[in-house]
Amino acid sequence: MRIKCPYCGERGLEEFLYSGDATVARPRDGGAAATQEWTDYVYFRENPNGVHRELWYHNAGCHAWLVVTRDLRSHEIFGVEAAKNVALSR
Amino acid sequence: MRLSTGGAIDRTKILNFTFDGKAYQGFAGDTLASALLANGVKLVGRSFKYHRPRGILSAGSEEPNALVELRTGAYREPNTRATVVELYEGLVAQSQNRFPSLKYDVLSVNGLLAPVFAAGFYYKTFMWPASFWEKLYEPMIRRAAGLGRNARLPDPDVYEKSTAFCDVLVVGAGAAGRAAAAQAARAGGRVILADENPPVSGAENVVYLPRTTVFGVYDGGTYGAAERLADHLPAGPGPRQRLWRIVAKRCILASGAIERPLVFGNNDLPGIMLAGAVEKYVSHYAVSPGRNGVLFLNNDDAASLIPVLTEAGINLAAVVDSRPKSSPAVRDAAVEASTALFAGSFIAQAFGGLAVTGVEITTSRGQTIKLECDFVAMSAGWNPAVHLTSHLDGKPVWDENIAAFVPGTLPPGMEVVGAAAGTGLNANIVPLWSVKNAGAKAFVDFQNDVTASDITLAKQEGFVAVEHLKRYTTLGMATDQGKTANVNGLALMAEATGKTVPETGTTRFRPPYTPVAIGALAGPHRGKNFRPTRRTPTHDWAAGLGAVFVETGLWLRAQYFPQSGEDWLAATSREVNAVRAGVGICDVTTLGKIDIQGPDAAAFLESVYTNSWANLPVGKARYGLMLREDGFVMDDGTTARLAEDHYVMTTTTANAAKVFQHLEFCHQWLWPALAVCFCSVTDQWAQIAVAGPRARDTLAKLVDPPFDISNAAFPYMAAAGLTISGTPARLFRLSFSGELAYEIAVPARYGAALAQALMEAGAEFGITPYGTEALGVMRIEKGHPAGAELNGQTTAHDLGLAKLFSRKKDFIGRALASREALTDPARPTLIGLKLVNQGDRFRAGAHLLPQNVPAVAAHDQGFVTSVAFSPTLGYWIGLGLLQNGPARLGEIIRVYDPIRNGDALAEVVSPVFVDPEGTRLHA
Repeated sequence: MRIKCPYCGERGLEEFLYSGDATVARPRDGGAAATQEWTDYVYFRENPNGVHRELWYHNAGCHAWLVVTRDLRSHEIFGVEAAKNVALSR
Repeated sequence: MRLSTGGAIDRTKILNFTFDGKAYQGFAGDTLASALLANGVKLVGRSFKYHRPRGILSAGSEEPNALVELRTGAYREPNTRATVVELYEGLVAQSQNRFPSLKYDVLSVNGLLAPVFAAGFYYKTFMWPASFWEKLYEPMIRRAAGLGRNARLPDPDVYEKSTAFCDVLVVGAGAAGRAAAAQAARAGGRVILADENPPVSGAENVVYLPRTTVFGVYDGGTYGAAERLADHLPAGPGPRQRLWRIVAKRCILASGAIERPLVFGNNDLPGIMLAGAVEKYVSHYAVSPGRNGVLFLNNDDAASLIPVLTEAGINLAAVVDSRPKSSPAVRDAAVEASTALFAGSFIAQAFGGLAVTGVEITTSRGQTIKLECDFVAMSAGWNPAVHLTSHLDGKPVWDENIAAFVPGTLPPGMEVVGAAAGTGLNANIVPLWSVKNAGAKAFVDFQNDVTASDITLAKQEGFVAVEHLKRYTTLGMATDQGKTANVNGLALMAEATGKTVPETGTTRFRPPYTPVAIGALAGPHRGKNFRPTRRTPTHDWAAGLGAVFVETGLWLRAQYFPQSGEDWLAATSREVNAVRAGVGICDVTTLGKIDIQGPDAAAFLESVYTNSWANLPVGKARYGLMLREDGFVMDDGTTARLAEDHYVMTTTTANAAKVFQHLEFCHQWLWPALAVCFCSVTDQWAQIAVAGPRARDTLAKLVDPPFDISNAAFPYMAAAGLTISGTPARLFRLSFSGELAYEIAVPARYGAALAQALMEAGAEFGITPYGTEALGVMRIEKGHPAGAELNGQTTAHDLGLAKLFSRKKDFIGRALASREALTDPARPTLIGLKLVNQGDRFRAGAHLLPQNVPAVAAHDQGFVTSVAFSPTLGYWIGLGLLQNGPARLGEIIRVYDPIRNGDALAEVVSPVFVDPEGTRLHA
């Protein structure tokens, strides 16, 4: 698999670490949120049969966290965005 | 038998080789298979299950039969295909799977036990009693049924890895592949042409990789290929193979087609070969498999062999065409060659012992005719080599016109040309999947000894789905992945179930196309080169003092510095005593160091650490605890504030990379609006701990004035930038040992000089270098948790660090750390252990149990995490995690270690064994 890092260009899979689900969000008010909200965030994950948004880390490159939109069946990648930009726009 | 003329071999270069110890000669340009045939050697191996004599079936990488062990000693490689082994001077090959010799194999009696070894024999025959499986059945089967022997020695060869990028990758340098490569090159693209065969002439503006098998297709236009650099040469220096990762925008697959054998009685006898292979041996290698042959076919393509044999002066006794009406192409060729043509006829079975000596033909009128012959050429049609098209889940489709699978859905960017696409394979084929005969075994999969009747049996027993058929009979599961077998097998199942082949389906191919040496996959990353080795700036200095080194992650650290006659314990104890009585130095460069800057740096630290940071003054350091979001401890370390907006964080050696990645996550994904940036500076700064009551006296001689390191000016947990002999440095008053101690950081290139300067400055105080052992002993004496306690399963509560939770802020892990189960007092919690009998010793990992209860898991209350001999106290001490630990100080418990015969009583004590008041620290 090859991922097009927005900073480094297209690179081989071995430079990246898969690092989690980009569709879950940390509860905003950390202290007050219910435990259920936290356990959902930390432990519960969807495994969609199709397109998914994932976090990848460019470990052997620029250290950017990336949001990769990928089809889990074909491994086709539809888009790669800097996680920081995604986070700032939510 | 070598023909007197012709062929692409170089008759001026004679090559000597041995097979099973006997000397032979061949020519440059031969394969081992062609050279053996030239010497009249037809018998080259014994089959997998039945130990039947086997010869050479093909002339290419699809070969299922002619597997040999190549080379000797550590270089010995089993299961190499004689048909692709290029001959070289001094080649040594051995036949496989025979005992005591190829000609007299006592295990060929397995052929008589055929019912036992039929499809599914593993599951049926050896079911009961279960205990016999490991002891009796499996070793017996392994000895009887097998392939070559592993060398059982480290691979002495050298391998390389390489990456290439191109616009077009062409796989296969046959006519179609070369044309495609030339065209792509003319269009200006970067073209790589990879081919599994020895080199032919290259092409202009094309990177031509001969002897290179593209073995796999991976996501994103990535292809794996293995280039055989020296397999055609005697062992010598230089890499043997090179593993290529090729990234290509487009791929043109021109992998050709593979001929199918016909399935008839004893079709596995040596001397029975694929028609295309016979043609290649005669035309290309000037070798004939015999003097008198029979050709058995069901299509026009194999007719091209007839004039080739005539021209070479090889007699063809008969052409047997299974089609009801033979075609003009075959008829004309037979007439031209004056050979008998049996149309609508079959070879029912072949005869022979160690090689074919004749065939029994059933004619269209039902007559039986026996003919003598010493070879048989057969063709059941051609299968396009679609393997690479299905590696990414592409499904081949059935083409009725050629009675074979052709590429279906293709991997992105791939197109298929030539015979691989089915082009030019329409040869008036009338499929013939097997010839019915009475009794003689008719093989479908030669390498795994799967017969036509095995497939019938599988059907009878309900294993009709292709994937079940494959696993039950092992069809196509040998090292050749059924290149010559699969379609015949599927078609026989289709026949047996009354379905069509497309209804029956096909199994899909996986990488690798042909076997790839594990050594090539590993490349140079073996042994010590598997991962990089990191050395500290003082490595050479420590080595010069005779240090023993230990691997901690990638790092090599000085473990202890033995003097003559000292073992590790004596050296470690001496080092500890020296620190506690005088002064010692230890390289702590390996701790992760992260430089953090920005107006929001303090806010950022508040979010990632459990304790508070905003109130830390400039010029001070603080211990920090980091949790994972699930509430368990991730790491700890000290962080110093060097300026209002500038901190330097340390992490444990083991977690340095993980913590850095975590900080990036927190910053980029969780709190992107914070104005902070950070950088790993672990490699940029050498850091040395100076510890012991004389640490200040030692340092005072090095610190440039007017910097004041008195206790009043630079107290415990102070941090500052300064210069040492004019070199910029950072000084931290931190202590892991519990003594008056400092850590000095200097740019890495000055690390060794700093160590040397400290040794000179401290000489009068008996300064002693100490290693990680002494470091560990002193931290256990002080009850500091380290790697053994920060094991990913402990909480701040477990480690007695819950007081470090700030209540005023959100931080990573806060919410889930407060879960009831994670703060339950009954959780195993950090305690110290002191043996009742001080002469005893105990070990980390031992279980903690109450006294006077049976030693069973139900009574397990914790375990020992760290153990050390304390030279300060004169006995062994330990840290452990014990249920309700802090409430049980003074209790005597049992330390039970059944695996290492340990059983002792210990008192539960505070984990801080030395200087619990911390007076030395603040001295």
